[in-house]
Amino acid sequence: MNTINEAKNLIKDNIRDYGMYIALVVIILTFTIMTNGLFMSSRNISNLLDSAGYIAVLAVGMTLVIVIRHIDLSVGYAAGFLGAIAAILLTQAGVSVFVTIPIILGLGIVIGLFNGLLVASIGIPAFVATLAGMLIFRGALLQVTEKTGTIIIQDDKFNAIGNGYIPSLFQINGLHFLSLIVGLLGIIVYIYSEISNRKNKIKYQFEVVSKNIFILKLLFMSAIIAYITWILAGYNGFSWTIIIMLLVVIVYHFLSTKTVLGRHIYAVGSNPEAAHLSGINVKKITYIVFGSMGMLAALSGILFTSRLQSATTTAGTLFELDAIAAAYVGGVSSAGGVGKVTGAIIGAIVMASLTNGMNLLGVGISYQYMIRGGVLAGAVIFDVMTRKKR
Amino acid sequence: MQNYILEMNQISKEFSGVKALSDVNFKVEKGEIHCLIGENGAGKSTLMKVLSGVHPYGTYSGDIIFEGKIQTFNKISDSVKAGIAIIYQELALFPDLTVYENIFAGNEVKRGGVIDWNQTIVQAKEMLNKVKLDVNPDTLVKDLGVGKRQLIEIAKALSKNVKLLILDEPTAALNEDDSENLLNLLQELKSQGITCIMISHKLKEVIHIADRATVLRDGQTICTLDSKKDEITEAVIIKNMVGREINDIYPKRPEQKIGKKILELHNWSAYDPQLGRNIVKNINMHVNEGEIVGISGLMGSGRTELALSIFGNAKGYKLQGEFIFYGSHRAFKHPNEAIKAGIAYVTEDRKGDGLFLSQDIKNNISASNLKAISQNGLINDNEEIKIADEYRKSLYIKASSVEQSVGNLSGGNQQKVSLGKWLFVSPKLLILDEPTRGIDVGAKFEIYSVMNKLIREGMSIIMISSELGEVLGMSDRIYVMAQAEIKGELASGEATQEKIMQLATQ
Repeated sequence: MNTINEAKNLIKDNIRDYGMYIALVVIILTFTIMTNGLFMSSRNISNLLDSAGYIAVLAVGMTLVIVIRHIDLSVGYAAGFLGAIAAILLTQAGVSVFVTIPIILGLGIVIGLFNGLLVASIGIPAFVATLAGMLIFRGALLQVTEKTGTIIIQDDKFNAIGNGYIPSLFQINGLHFLSLIVGLLGIIVYIYSEISNRKNKIKYQFEVVSKNIFILKLLFMSAIIAYITWILAGYNGFSWTIIIMLLVVIVYHFLSTKTVLGRHIYAVGSNPEAAHLSGINVKKITYIVFGSMGMLAALSGILFTSRLQSATTTAGTLFELDAIAAAYVGGVSSAGGVGKVTGAIIGAIVMASLTNGMNLLGVGISYQYMIRGGVLAGAVIFDVMTRKKR
Repeated sequence: MQNYILEMNQISKEFSGVKALSDVNFKVEKGEIHCLIGENGAGKSTLMKVLSGVHPYGTYSGDIIFEGKIQTFNKISDSVKAGIAIIYQELALFPDLTVYENIFAGNEVKRGGVIDWNQTIVQAKEMLNKVKLDVNPDTLVKDLGVGKRQLIEIAKALSKNVKLLILDEPTAALNEDDSENLLNLLQELKSQGITCIMISHKLKEVIHIADRATVLRDGQTICTLDSKKDEITEAVIIKNMVGREINDIYPKRPEQKIGKKILELHNWSAYDPQLGRNIVKNINMHVNEGEIVGISGLMGSGRTELALSIFGNAKGYKLQGEFIFYGSHRAFKHPNEAIKAGIAYVTEDRKGDGLFLSQDIKNNISASNLKAISQNGLINDNEEIKIADEYRKSLYIKASSVEQSVGNLSGGNQQKVSLGKWLFVSPKLLILDEPTRGIDVGAKFEIYSVMNKLIREGMSIIMISSELGEVLGMSDRIYVMAQAEIKGELASGEATQEKIMQLATQ
């Protein structure tokens, strides 16, 4: 009885954090029922996550940009442009994949830092500065693809980033072996870190949740990881896109919650003047956040170009708005200082699930836009309402 | 039979189970100046919010009788219609609009649905006359000082035919001159038949101006004092506010050994390129180890600017002159450098540039010294909670845990978090800018005690304050500033309120 009460209170206190997870579950269940289980099939989930990848990595960077009270509209076409540059390097210049990728990521950082320069040092509002960037990169994308039109990439290694899967090694009952190992490792690392965390807290004599709840939480989370792994292993296993996405989330989640840098980012977002007087270099943080955004835009460009196996003249169109939508669905607040990296990924997956599910159901594109708009508005309304309650 | 304009009977109000007001009785006579006094969290603001309809009818229990009728205000505009106007501590003016636009904002002078600007200006002048403010109605509000803005708020209220004017700590941000002005104006309005409720922490003002005064404590009415019958004195008010006798609100400290000079400024000036003038001029001062140096002066005399120029030139001034801190002759270029060298600055505007309101107590306390709780850039969460909790206890911060959001704390507790944040960097020189503004007597005493403890441990403190009593009560030495310069230096023994005011108004 006590355990149930404690669980109830936990959910009540954290409704804002859990809100989007609940929304995701509702969306998944709805589509699964409406499509007679087709939605949750291994193949579909694998496709869904792959199609969310290039927006998800943008949404992660965008969340941090919004946390420090700015916005970056240039990322869509920057991604398209950098994808085209990657294609040119690979096809026309004959540069190897392993050189191309660092070059493109580096270029992304440079673009981001330039945005940072405009915003932090010159003092142009981010909306305007990056709107200018958006136009410039759109033009640049057209410029570099003008003569050739769509650039087809025939480099298998590069194309694998968007279409390939981690090697299986061998199959067990038709399941992807290495993927199972990855999932198992994920569960072990998760349980280990939770337990050591709890031990540490107890060592400091802090309050911790009761043992029952703790075990319940471990089991629940492990079951989810196991289930996703099992679903993916039933098709081709973890794709490289999913692995990259996971790495980005893990690294950014860690950076934003556990490090001094992360704390400084949230401090700057929460109150820039106070951050300055606290000895935090606000400019430097702005540069770093925009720089990281640029790098993730480059990564997004790589993922998208590789997924299409070609660079097109319209690549990157509206990516920035999809990323912003995902970030807001994921719980970021434009007032600054609030928003989680994990939320951004969930937001991106929510938006991708909607598109995917509605496609399966054959919903017309006109309705799809309206429904996605409604969900975005609903997410922000929910956020505002739950915040008022406190 | 007394002639009450307002009777609030048995008012109770709860916030999620916590009683903010319980059976409060509050009666205001027609045409009087009635002061409402109480510690922070005593329920003054809540009571006024109930009255003005911020908390709509039905969310509280009890009756509000205004001009003989039971009122059921559902929103602020209902109470405004009835003739009640509140002027909050944080003024609600539009800085980029003119004076006349501000006065009639939301109450425009219309003819046939179109604003009649000429008539607006004529009427605005009338209102400005009433509040004795001599400014061109065309002036932008952002170009006016706080004192004048306050008067414009009152003019705005008068334009709505206010019968009951409520002022929430109107003089908190004003210097002595402007305060005096404002109080005189209130007397004047009283003679015109306008009733006034004033919330104030400044007891001298209360004694000076109040016809009657009601003291609230812990959401209850403690007493109502009548200047005609009772003698209203500071001692009586304070006793009722805190329910115990405070003989001396400035804690005594044993004779302090003053050490060597740690900070020296010679011909120190700061030029603000945005304002286009020197905001600090030819300052010569020093601070010794283990002393409290008070900086007194009126609002806008350059005290805060001086502090900021010392604290890593936080606002990007052009600096001139000699700066010596612990033998080093280099002035700091960023707050970061100042913090590293051992200077901390507790801002006068804790909400504006002091705290991270959306974050919790621990994140605020650790913000300036994450180095101390991290290794290779990795924060030790548990260490952070432990340290923050130590400050919570030692500074008597009233909060359920250090993971409570700072935005939900009361002013005094926020100030303590702000102080805790800077104590955590263990500075050698602590600059306190208006350390007790807008906080209650109990919290003030606690902050003074902490200051005494710090100098015993060898820290030096610069305390900037508008409250003369505080400067006199706490400082070893006092510099008085006016017009961006230091006008005089007084030892604590020779300083008096008169002497300070004389220097400050030069």
